[in-house]
Amino acid sequence: MAIAHAGPAKARVAPWNDPFIRGWFFQIVVIGAVTLLAWYLVSNTLENLERQKIATGFDYLNREAGFEIGDTIIPYSPADTYARAILVGVINTLRIAVIGILLATILGTLIGVGRLSPNWLLAKLCEWYVELFRNVPLLLWLFLIYKVISEAFPGPRQAISVLWDTIFLSNRGLYFPVPFAHDVHGWMGVGLLAGIVAAWVIGRWAKARQARTGQPFPSIRAGAGAIIGLPLLIWLFGGAPLDFSVPALKGFNFEGGTVIQPEFTALLVGLVLYTSAFVAEIVRSGILALHKGQSEAAYSVGLSRGQAMRLVLLPQALRVIVPPMTSQYLNITKNSSLAIAIGYPDLVASINVTINQTGQAVENVLIIMAAYLSVSLSISLFMNWYNRRIAMKER
Amino acid sequence: MAVRDLNGAPTVIDLDQVNKWFGQFHVLTDINLQVKQSEKIVICGPSGSGKSTLIRCINRLEEHQAGSIIVSVDGKRIELTNDVKNVEAIRKEVGMVFQSFNLFPHLTILDNLTLAPIWVKKMPKKEADDIAMSLLKRVRIPEQALKYPGQLSGGQQQRVAIARALCMRPQIMLFDEPTSALDPEMVKEVLDVMIELANEGMTMLVVTHEMGFARSVADRVIFMDRGEIVEQAPPKEFFANPRNERTRMFLSQILHH
Amino acid sequence: MSQATEAGPATTQPARLPPTLDTGAIGWMRKNLFSSVGNSITTILVVAFIVWILSWFVDWALLQATFQAESGKDCAKSHGACWALIGEKYRYIFFGSFPYEQHWRPLFAIITMIAMLLLSSDRRMWNWRLAIIWTVGSFITFVLMFGEIFIPVTLIFVLALIAGLAGYLIRRKVAESGERIAYVALAGLGIAYVLLRLIGVLPSVSIPVTPFSYVETGNWGGLAVTMIVATYGLAAAFPYGILLALGRRSKLPLIRGLCIGFIELIRGVPLISLLIMASVMLPLFLPAGMNFDKLLRAQVAVILFAGAYIAEIVRGGLQSLPKGQFEAADAMGLNYAQKTAFIVLPQALRVVIPPLINTFIGFFKDTSLLLIIGIFDFLSTANQALVDPVWTGYPGEVYLFAAAVYFCFCYSMSRYSKYLERELNKGTQR
Repeated sequence: MAIAHAGPAKARVAPWNDPFIRGWFFQIVVIGAVTLLAWYLVSNTLENLERQKIATGFDYLNREAGFEIGDTIIPYSPADTYARAILVGVINTLRIAVIGILLATILGTLIGVGRLSPNWLLAKLCEWYVELFRNVPLLLWLFLIYKVISEAFPGPRQAISVLWDTIFLSNRGLYFPVPFAHDVHGWMGVGLLAGIVAAWVIGRWAKARQARTGQPFPSIRAGAGAIIGLPLLIWLFGGAPLDFSVPALKGFNFEGGTVIQPEFTALLVGLVLYTSAFVAEIVRSGILALHKGQSEAAYSVGLSRGQAMRLVLLPQALRVIVPPMTSQYLNITKNSSLAIAIGYPDLVASINVTINQTGQAVENVLIIMAAYLSVSLSISLFMNWYNRRIAMKER
Repeated sequence: MAVRDLNGAPTVIDLDQVNKWFGQFHVLTDINLQVKQSEKIVICGPSGSGKSTLIRCINRLEEHQAGSIIVSVDGKRIELTNDVKNVEAIRKEVGMVFQSFNLFPHLTILDNLTLAPIWVKKMPKKEADDIAMSLLKRVRIPEQALKYPGQLSGGQQQRVAIARALCMRPQIMLFDEPTSALDPEMVKEVLDVMIELANEGMTMLVVTHEMGFARSVADRVIFMDRGEIVEQAPPKEFFANPRNERTRMFLSQILHH
Repeated sequence: MSQATEAGPATTQPARLPPTLDTGAIGWMRKNLFSSVGNSITTILVVAFIVWILSWFVDWALLQATFQAESGKDCAKSHGACWALIGEKYRYIFFGSFPYEQHWRPLFAIITMIAMLLLSSDRRMWNWRLAIIWTVGSFITFVLMFGEIFIPVTLIFVLALIAGLAGYLIRRKVAESGERIAYVALAGLGIAYVLLRLIGVLPSVSIPVTPFSYVETGNWGGLAVTMIVATYGLAAAFPYGILLALGRRSKLPLIRGLCIGFIELIRGVPLISLLIMASVMLPLFLPAGMNFDKLLRAQVAVILFAGAYIAEIVRGGLQSLPKGQFEAADAMGLNYAQKTAFIVLPQALRVVIPPLINTFIGFFKDTSLLLIIGIFDFLSTANQALVDPVWTGYPGEVYLFAAAVYFCFCYSMSRYSKYLERELNKGTQR
C-alpha cells in the first residue's frame, strides 16, 4: 500500500514559543506603551494650553512680529510678520554656518598638516592650539571674544581707522566701504559664471591632451585666471567704475559703507577657532591612517612629493576624513545656536522671542526642530551617498 | 646555474664604507659592496641584521650617515646625497618590490602601473597602457587589468607590484622579502616571475629566505648579521662550504630539510 | 667580487657612535628644527611669534598685574591683569550662592563624584561593585548637597522588585533553586508593597536623613552643578543609551524604526533647543499642579540628549564584535538577555570606553549651556562675578580663570582616556 506523504509534517509550536509571534507580540506591547505615553503627554498638553488660554496652530506666523532684529541682510522691520522674522533668523544661521564651515575647514586643515610637520616647534605649537581649544567650552570662548571686542575696542568716536579713513574698527563693528550698485556688477556676475564654466572646460581639455600627448598642463592656474580675469576684464570694459559708499562718522555712529557687527564676528571667530581644532585632529588622523608603505611605494616608483600627495595619499586620506568631517560641519550648524548667548539674531533667538511673545511653545519648538533636522538629514544622506560611492572594492 | 663571466661588466652600485645609525643603535657597519651589471645578489641573514635597511638605503628610503653610495647609470655616476635631483634620478633607475606589496588600493591595476610613466616620464596614456598590458602579460595576469588590488590574491598582487616597478624600465631591481607575506602555494608563482626576470639579464638585489631561489639564480649570496657583511660567495661555495661560524649556524637553522 | 670574505667573531670592539653632529641636543635641533632652508625659516618665524605673544602675555598677566586690591578702581591704576578680582570672587565662582560657611559640602560632593567616575572606568569594578559604588556615592553626594533628604520607602521596594526580576531572568538557568527562590521572593515583596501602596492600604513613608541644613537646588551653583549634571546625565543616559543601541540593531522592524527615529531626532537638533524645550514645554506635558524642579528639567534634557550619542557609540562597539560571538552564545543556549548581558555587552563596552570618556568631556563642556536657561553652572557663576559694580571691566581675568579650570578637568580626562586606551590595547596586542 502506497503511503502518500504530503511532505514533512510541520512541527507544531505553541504560539507563545514561536519567535515570529513573540517578536510581533513584543513590538505591539512596546508600540502600545509608547502610544499610551504619547497620548498621556498630548492630552495633558492640550489641557494645559486650554487652561492657560494659549492659542494653537500656526496662524500666528502671519501676525505682526513687533520686535527689532539688529543684524539682517534682507530688509526687515518690526511691522513684518513672525514668519519673516523667523526667515531672517534662518538666513542668519545659514550665513554663519556656511562661512564658518569654509574657514574652519581651511584653518583646521592647515593646523592638522602643521601637526605633522617635521619642524618640532611648529608641530608642538599646533598641538597646543588643538588641546587648548578642545578642552574649553565653546560658550566660554564666545563670551571671552565678545567681551574683549565690546570692551576692549574703542567707541565709534575713537574708532581705529585704517587705509586713509575708509575702514573703521570700533566696538560697534568693522565698517568698510562697499561699492554702490552699478550695472556693470550684473555683467561681472555673468563673467564670473562664464569664468567658472571656462575653468571647467580648460580642465577637461587639459586632461584629454595629457592622455594624448603625455604633456601636463597647469589647468588649475589657468582656471583661476579665468575665474578672476573674466570679471575683471568686464569691469574694465564697463568703464572701471570706482564709486564706493564710504563709512563716515555722523553723530554717534557711522553711516555709509557696510558693517560686520561684533556679535557676528565674535560668533564666527569663536566657532571657527573651536571647530578648527577638531578638524585638525580629523585631518591628522586621516593622514596618519595611511599605511607608510603607500608613500614609500609612490616615492620608489619616482613620484615627487607633490605628485605622491596628490595622486596617492590624499585620495586615500579623504576616505577616512570625510565622514567625521561632515559630522563637524553639522556641529558648526548646531553650535551656531549659541548665538543667543551673545546676542546674534539667529534662528533660535528669533524663535525664543516669538515663544515669549505668543506663548505658543509647541509650534515654535517644532519649527526649530524641523529646520535643524532638515539640515542634519541632508548631511546624513550626502554622507551615505559618498560612502557608497568611494567604498573600496574588495573581494 | 653555471658561473657567469661578469668580469667585463660595469659596476652599477658601489657602496663604500657605508654606516648607518638609528639614534645610537649602529645598524649598518662598514658596508663595502660592488654590484656589477646583470648580477643577481641574494642577501640573507637573521632578522635585525640590517639587510632590508641596506637595500632601502640604495633608493634613499633610508638615509646613511657615513660612507658613500654611488649608482652608475648609462655611464653616469650619481652619488646618493640629500640633493633631491640625485635622489629622483636614482629612483627612476631603481625599482623596488616590497614585502607588503603596497599597491595603491584606490586605483585599478592598470592605473597602478601607468601612474608613474604618465606623471614622471610624461608618457601619453595609450603608450603607457600598452607598456602596462605587455608587462601584465609577462607576469601572466593580463585579465586582471581593470580590477582593484583588493580583489586580487596575494600572489597576484605581488606580481602586479613587480610589473609596476618594471613599468619604469629600471636598470636595477630591489626586492625586500617579496614572498615572506605570501601563503605557501603562491610563493612559486612570484618566484617564477623573478627567475624569468633574472634570466633576461636584470641586475637584482634580493633579500629573501628562499634558499632554493638563491641556489638556482644567484651569482652571489651575501650573509649579513648585526649590521655587517659576514660572508659572501657564489651559491655553490656558500651552501656547501660556509667559512664563518655564524654563517654555518644560520644555514643550519634554515636549511634543516 | 666573487671571493668569500670573512668577518671576525662577534666583535668585542666598543660600539661606535654616529657622527657627533647627528646626536645629542645639536643633532636633535639639526634634524627637527633646521633640517632644510624652509624648516629653518619656519623655526625662526615660529620662535618670533611665540616670543611676541609670550612677552605681551607675561607682561599683562604677571609683571604689571595686581594681585591684591580693594576694588576695581585700584586695579585700573596699572594696565596689567586684575587677579585680585579672582581672589575676591573665587568662592562665588566655584560654589555659587551656596551658604558661605558650608562650602565644604559641595567641595566634598565634587570629590565624591570624581571618585565615582574614576572607579567606574576601572575594569576591575565592572560587576556588582559598580552598583554599590554608585549607590553609596550618590547617597553621599545628595546628602551633602541637599542637606536633608527623605528616602521614600516605596523606592526601596521598587528597587527590590527590579533586582529580583533581573536576577531571576538572568540566572534562571544557572542558579540553584535556593537562589531562584530568593529572587522570586524579592520580586514578590516588591510587587506586594507597591500594590498595597497603590490601593492605599499602606501610607507613604519616608526615611529621613538630615545631618545638615537644607539647601534648595536654586541655591546650588558653580562647579558642583556642572559636575552633577554631567555625571548623572551620563550615568542615567548610559543604560538608556545601551537599550537604544540594542533596539537599533534589533531585527524587529517597529522597534528598530522607533529607535532610529529617536536617535536621529535627538542628534539632529542642538542641545540648546532641547534645553529650551525642557524648560518651556515640560510643564505643559505634565498635569496641572505638578511642578518640576528647574534643575531636574535641565537634567532630564541632558539625559535624553546624552543617551542618543551614547547609543551611537555603543552601536559602533556592537558592530565591531565578530558575528561568531553572537553565534557561539546562541549555540550555547543562552537567551537574549543572557547573551547580551554576559557575552555581547562586556566585550562591546570595553572597546568603547575611550570614546565614552570623550563624550563625557563633551558633556562636561556642554553643561555650560545651562547658563542660557538660567541654571547656575560653573560658567554662569563666573559670568555673574563680572556683574559686580565694584569690579567691572575685567572680563579677561574671570574668563581665563574659568577656562583654566575647565582645561584642567577636560585635559586630565582626555589624558586618562588615552592612558586607558593604551592599557586596553595591551590585552589585544601580542
